[in-house]
Amino acid sequence: MTAVPLQPPRRLVDLTLDGEPVRAPEGSTLLDACRASGKDIPTLCQGDTLTPKNACRVCVVEVEGARTLAPACSRRVEPGMEVRTDTDRARHGRKVVLELLASSTDLSTTPRAAEWIEEYGAEPGRFGPDAARVDEQPKVDNDLYVRDYDKCILCYKCVDACGEQWQNTFAIAVAGRGFDARISTEHDAPLTDSACVYCGNCIEVCPTGALSFKSEFDMRAAGTWDESAQTETTTVCAYCGVGCNLTLHVQDNDIVKVTSPHDNPVTHGNLCIKGRFGYQHVQNRD
Amino acid sequence: MDLHFGDSKPTDEERAAVDALLGPPESAWEGADDRTEGDLRWARGGRAARERRDLLLPGLHAINDRVGWISEGALDYLCRRLTVPPAEGYGVATFYAMFSVRPRPATVVHVCTDLACAARGSAEVCAGLERELGAAGSAAVAGPQGPGPAALAGPQGAAASAGGGVVWQRSPCLGLCERAPAALAIRAGAPTAATGATAAPTTTSAPAATAATAVVAPATPAAVAEAARAVADAPAEPPAAAAVPQAGTTSRGLRLLRRVGVVDPASLDDYRAHGGYAALRRAFELGPAGVIREVSDAGLVGRGGAAFPTGRKWDATARQPDHPHHLVCNADESEPGTFKDRVLMEGDPYALIEAMTIAGYAIGAHHGYVYLRGEYPRALARLEHAIGRARVRGLLGPDVLGQGYAFDIEIRRGAGAYICGEETAIFNSIEGRRGEPRSKPPFPVEKGLFSKPTAVNNVETLVNVLPILTEGAAAYASVGTASSTGTKLFCVSGAVDRPGVYELPFGATLRELLELAGPPPALRAVLLGGAAGGFVRPDELDVPLTFEGTRAAGTTLGSGVVLVLDESVQLPRILLRIAEFFRDESCGQCVPCRVGTVRQEEALHRIKDRTGAAAAGDIALLREVGQAMRHASICGLGQTAWNAVESAIDRLGVFEQDQKGASA
Repeated sequence: MTAVPLQPPRRLVDLTLDGEPVRAPEGSTLLDACRASGKDIPTLCQGDTLTPKNACRVCVVEVEGARTLAPACSRRVEPGMEVRTDTDRARHGRKVVLELLASSTDLSTTPRAAEWIEEYGAEPGRFGPDAARVDEQPKVDNDLYVRDYDKCILCYKCVDACGEQWQNTFAIAVAGRGFDARISTEHDAPLTDSACVYCGNCIEVCPTGALSFKSEFDMRAAGTWDESAQTETTTVCAYCGVGCNLTLHVQDNDIVKVTSPHDNPVTHGNLCIKGRFGYQHVQNRD
Repeated sequence: MDLHFGDSKPTDEERAAVDALLGPPESAWEGADDRTEGDLRWARGGRAARERRDLLLPGLHAINDRVGWISEGALDYLCRRLTVPPAEGYGVATFYAMFSVRPRPATVVHVCTDLACAARGSAEVCAGLERELGAAGSAAVAGPQGPGPAALAGPQGAAASAGGGVVWQRSPCLGLCERAPAALAIRAGAPTAATGATAAPTTTSAPAATAATAVVAPATPAAVAEAARAVADAPAEPPAAAAVPQAGTTSRGLRLLRRVGVVDPASLDDYRAHGGYAALRRAFELGPAGVIREVSDAGLVGRGGAAFPTGRKWDATARQPDHPHHLVCNADESEPGTFKDRVLMEGDPYALIEAMTIAGYAIGAHHGYVYLRGEYPRALARLEHAIGRARVRGLLGPDVLGQGYAFDIEIRRGAGAYICGEETAIFNSIEGRRGEPRSKPPFPVEKGLFSKPTAVNNVETLVNVLPILTEGAAAYASVGTASSTGTKLFCVSGAVDRPGVYELPFGATLRELLELAGPPPALRAVLLGGAAGGFVRPDELDVPLTFEGTRAAGTTLGSGVVLVLDESVQLPRILLRIAEFFRDESCGQCVPCRVGTVRQEEALHRIKDRTGAAAAGDIALLREVGQAMRHASICGLGQTAWNAVESAIDRLGVFEQDQKGASA
């Protein structure tokens, strides 16, 4: 029998969303309210298992009476709030944020980025060919996963997952400042010299593919990565008695990466090195 | 926490610097060399180990002051002592412009190239220094390739030089605008005998003996080079009163500046002889609620730029059921062109201490922090001395004035980050985290420093509390206008005869202020409010200098910057410097500001020599990026990063055809 955790009942708050009256549980965010009413707000730094950092600002919406736009991912609903998701100001904010990101980082493996860029009419090319880019080479310093910071949008999710929100390993942090800020180990040491325990929980939350399994990185480089040919099978990790759920991504009868369901009430998508990377023995065929 | 530390060891000097601040390590877990039997049975852990993280920034200062840079071994040792993950320690060390994680010479010279200094010849100083000391930049010593140094070195710092143990670098505003162009030399080294005797190991983190510093202003290449070679022997600075042209003859009618140049800033007796501590006695008569009522009735609003009613802030903090409450004095004065707080702290340091005591009493705090910008060595020395004297005389400590109220003040030095003047970034900086602004709500009055109710006030705001209590709210509010009561300090710099801090009642016009300072014959524009402010044309000088008046005129009073530009300046270059400033000072947390400030600078760079149709495309681009920064950024830095550029385009027509400024 699966235990379903029950939340204590929460009061409902009345607010207006794009002119329509809606009710949302007290303490929920504007993003929750938007999604509950079927509105599609783009998000990048928001994670379903993490405290909102509201750093990317792609989810901004208009709150009546506010001087600036509000990040839907973290602003909580208040009674009587009048929220608009589609004003010119909000759409403009999202469009420019997408342009700024796409002109400085590689969004090619960011799910839905291309779709949003088209939807908001963003033109990342208009900053010219000399526009400064993050310009990083992939860091391949271990056999398990790759850090390609050319694709990093500095959403802080990997730092939060590695640090006090989940793993408590604190192998990485943001270093430097401004446009030169990067996710980094101490003194930018290779992962093998850092505190990293290779749980891969940073990969689990990375929204852009900047962090990826070495297997995925190599297959993408070789041009053989094909998500449409992959199956996903959720099973139970065989290593210890905790019983974490693993989702095995299989292509051509090979496990190519491992994720974990975020809605698992115990692990919330987190694994350890064995569950995340210790699958090779399953497919040793000689 | 199960932290992972590398194998690098600190040098003896680095270890001594950290131990001078924290005391010797208690066990091998904290980095002592020898493991004892007891260490195997006992370790400080949990909250007790982690809650000293706020000593990280003082610790980085201690290392930097002693050695001049922060090595792997030193950072690891400091992190071990404080139970801070080394990756986070590295993130903090690389956040601040005054620290380097790569080897560099012991003497670092910061040469201001910001607006006021640029208008007064900083370019010639830099050119001269290139001849005297070599190219600007960090020392060319191979080190770990990290993102930090690139961030710290800024645009000009890529090239390397190490002329005789000295490195110089271009710097944002040093707050010495009345003596522009300015330079600040800092020489790392062991504390001298005099300071060493008093630098007993302490865990209360009073700033340990600091490095030798020399302010050179007005700067010439020869004087800067001379000071850089012998920092300790550099000529003394002129007294703080030299920055107050009204001091002396016209000082009647001054409220905030009345003691500057009149009292000896080192003498508590002198301060008391000139009315000092009358306000605190009055505060104890009124009680905390009475003080808040007086401050509210006086109509005092914050002078840091946001103009929030101080009484309301104090009241909201005092009412919070959560304890302890904290008081933070924001002395991280970094807005280009601002130096009023420096003059107050250097010329009348006891006034700030008395005002903070009153504020602490009103909001129910027993601990106050002064977050002082790292580039103010004299203000640091004066305040440290004054706090020490006040403690000895029972004006700070467990029983202030025998009234049974405990209050003490701690100075925390910033380390070169404009963003740390933002009211929530200041908390993160004090707590030993990267100085990134937090998102609001929750507001500081609910969850501020150490997540406790906190009132953050600017130096000038606090000092205003003294005349409110000695004169009474009604008398205080009789000066100024209905919605901007009292007097305001203005930092006048640039092309005027008598630059300095001026105190005028709210409601005086910009023209009156400029008349006092001696305006240039051919005025081009006035930048009000600093880099985050806006330009005013010569035909708009009758704008009343009030919060409501400047707002109605579509500009801002900001922190009181009045930068006067004559016809000789090239406005596009000024705009480019403003854009560079915001690019360098963005913390990098949110996308609109992190990338937007870069795109803004790039566009201004493209059109710096263009006008009319040739610039129109980039101006449209600037507008779009500027709007997004204004509306979608997390904090005030990004939200105002486009203000000055916008006002130059719209009010001064800077990129229109036939503009002198643009075609030069």
